Amino acid sequence: MAQALPPFQGFLDEHLDPVRAFLRGMLGPTDAEDCLQDTFLAALRAYPRAEPRNLHAWIFTIARRKAIDHHRSRSRRATPVADPGELIDRGAVAGEARDGALGMSPRHSAIWAAVADLPPGQRAAVVLRFAVDLRYREVGEALGTSEDAARRNVHEALKKLRASAEELKEMAR
Amino acid sequence: MSEFVNRLAARASDEGVLDVAYATLDTPLGTALVAATRRGLVRVALPNEPLEYALLDIADGVSPRVLEFPARLDDARRELEEYFEGRRQRFELPLDWRLSHPGFYRRVLRATARVPFGEVITYSEAAARAGSPRAFRAAGSALGSNPIPIVVPCHRVVRSGGAIGDYGGGPEMKRFLLDLEGAL
Repeated sequence: MAQALPPFQGFLDEHLDPVRAFLRGMLGPTDAEDCLQDTFLAALRAYPRAEPRNLHAWIFTIARRKAIDHHRSRSRRATPVADPGELIDRGAVAGEARDGALGMSPRHSAIWAAVADLPPGQRAAVVLRFAVDLRYREVGEALGTSEDAARRNVHEALKKLRASAEELKEMAR
Repeated sequence: MSEFVNRLAARASDEGVLDVAYATLDTPLGTALVAATRRGLVRVALPNEPLEYALLDIADGVSPRVLEFPARLDDARRELEEYFEGRRQRFELPLDWRLSHPGFYRRVLRATARVPFGEVITYSEAAARAGSPRAFRAAGSALGSNPIPIVVPCHRVVRSGGAIGDYGGGPEMKRFLLDLEGAL
């Protein structure tokens, strides 16, 4: 028997926090909220055609596409926020610096600035793996790549982040 | 409920992709759920029915595009509140019948919707009004499957001989409603 789609409200309740964590990692806390709206509105439009067994990967695929759109339209705007550090600062100013994994203590904010500097594929992979806590197989599904490619992307990202962390230590000396 | 969901549901509703909106409602009997499509009120869940079950029923029978969005239910909530406060005897809400079985069942429910406040009819009478005088058992089943209780007043259908008969929300709830209407 075909599995039925759950009511969208239940699906939303279950996925809102992880998708928010993903978009914060991709775009910074301020822009994440608008993109979160666009993501779930797009999901609601397409929902009747979704595959019930794969909703988890499906919503992250939509979120990633929306994050890329968002990033593009942001770069086109008159006052682009090109500097990732500025993204983080704006988030902190907006008072969103308090909560949890993506809270922006000064040390964290430097790390997330480095994350924002990664190429989009690696950034998405490392955020899904560590901020959203997906397994590599799920990261691959969400990004439309193999599990191995997901693993490589995360590995490359971590290498770059470690290098950034070393630089930070040097600078702090 | 969250501001995020409210904003999302408002956008979705404007765009025509919110197929079912629902809200909860405090009644003297507990918390009820009301749900509406763009056509009208499609489902009322009485306090004894778990909210998750009602939402599954809606997702399955109408559409899975369901969100909590009380704005679409302002009229329904207001009229029900007035009813429970004894200030309303007639509902003036557009109804969406799609969760009831077409045919005899729906005819029974439509006939029942016309029984006025404070009056009762028997199961046989409901069957007769739906065109099959002898089908009183089937009329009972039709009323038991009423997706829009209270507004479609299946509580006004009772046994011949004085017993009040079954009710989806439980016999105490039926007694409460008939008592509220002064029908006992």
